[in-house]
Amino acid sequence: MKNWGFNISKPRVIDWDTRDTSEYAKIIEKVPSAQRCLMCGACAATCSASNHIDFNFRNCHLKYRRGQFEGLADELDKCMLCGKCKLVCPRGVNTRAIIYNMRIFLNDLNYKNIEQ
Amino acid sequence: MTEKKHFWNEYQKEIADDNYFYERSCIRQSFFPGSETAFLNILRDELGLTIIDDPNQHTCTGIGYHSDVVPFETTMTVCARLFSLMTDAELKNYVPSCVTSFGVFTEVVETWEHFPEELEKTRKFLREATGREFKIPENIAHPSDIIYKYRKELKQKMKYQLVNCHTGKPLNAVEHIGCHYGKIFSKHAVGGAEFPQVLAGMIEEWGGKVIDYPERRHCCGFGFRQYLVMSNRGYSVANTKKKFESMEPYKPDFVLTNCPGCTMFMDRWQYTIAEMEGKTYDDNQMGIPVLTYEELTGLLLGYNPWDLGLQVHQVQVEPLLDKLGIKYDLKDKFTGKSGTYLGEPEKPEYLKVSYE
Repeated sequence: MKNWGFNISKPRVIDWDTRDTSEYAKIIEKVPSAQRCLMCGACAATCSASNHIDFNFRNCHLKYRRGQFEGLADELDKCMLCGKCKLVCPRGVNTRAIIYNMRIFLNDLNYKNIEQ
Repeated sequence: MTEKKHFWNEYQKEIADDNYFYERSCIRQSFFPGSETAFLNILRDELGLTIIDDPNQHTCTGIGYHSDVVPFETTMTVCARLFSLMTDAELKNYVPSCVTSFGVFTEVVETWEHFPEELEKTRKFLREATGREFKIPENIAHPSDIIYKYRKELKQKMKYQLVNCHTGKPLNAVEHIGCHYGKIFSKHAVGGAEFPQVLAGMIEEWGGKVIDYPERRHCCGFGFRQYLVMSNRGYSVANTKKKFESMEPYKPDFVLTNCPGCTMFMDRWQYTIAEMEGKTYDDNQMGIPVLTYEELTGLLLGYNPWDLGLQVHQVQVEPLLDKLGIKYDLKDKFTGKSGTYLGEPEKPEYLKVSYE
């Protein structure tokens, strides 16, 4: 293999034709209220974990919805499942259940081997 | 269903009829050595027009200017010297071979129109540096504009059409317009920035079918600064990859470009992508041939493919020549003008360069 001195950069564009968004359908089946989320970020603003470490539930939820699973499992492990986010959600989304199910499904997806 | 409205019809430009001053590109003679000579031959021999190819010409500074190495005052003065050569030849119609040069000249002339003090300053710089005087061209047209203008006349002389001789169907063509042709000043482009018709008009007139794919107006990946520094080239090749991924489902038979950089990068990056990732965007692992508009015009007029310099393309053109029904002799492919065998270049590992 030649040493080119560079690699082909990966674009940051989200290509909906190639993304697998079918996994999010499973979340909706388990937690129907997930469909009501409007990504306001109240959950992230009140999160106890994010007061101390870099964690953002809204961001994790959005990435899962888009099929961007890279590094997501490690992020979700930061959640303590306290459920405070669920109390402040203006749309009554069961955020705690979303995180719980995302963890289960990511494990099923063998997420450690997912390459974007 | 009503016919799609052609909005580009509203964007037209004046293209001079005859008496041109030609300015060659810095890089084309190395990368695609037959193109500029083919253009001069087509104009002189096929159309009977007058075009001057002055040996005293030089760079327009385009690559240095767009890489932030050459200041604009220097660029204006260097362009003014080129205009002075045109003035000496008593011509008024300037024809820069390169799309970047075309963009630079239109930008310089536009600047002088809006800021006359810059024009006076440039005249002073040129006088002090060289003792020369110049007139601003009355018409600046890219060579592809001229071929587009005379596409119907050229069709009358053509021996081949853009039709697959095996199936009788039009060939699928991707047309790629250099960004600096219409995206800087859309009023100087046939069809403006969004619907440049200059290459599409040629393809449709000569029997081909133009592919309208999602990333049609995306940059080829050249972009000067993105390419000049090696560590940035991953960004450059990523743009090319994006374009080819977008056009792949439409199964193009060839790509036609009007810019030196676009031809170079869409041709050579196919090799890079193939060697790096084992991927080509055609069915036979040979890549999609990329032609300049002069090479295509020359081919259809019946010029020898090897005289047009098609053997120095990275993606080899034999599959396209076979579809067009053009006869060629492989023995002549690497034989120089003097008749001596030049030797074959090293073969890539993944990209196929000949039928096997």
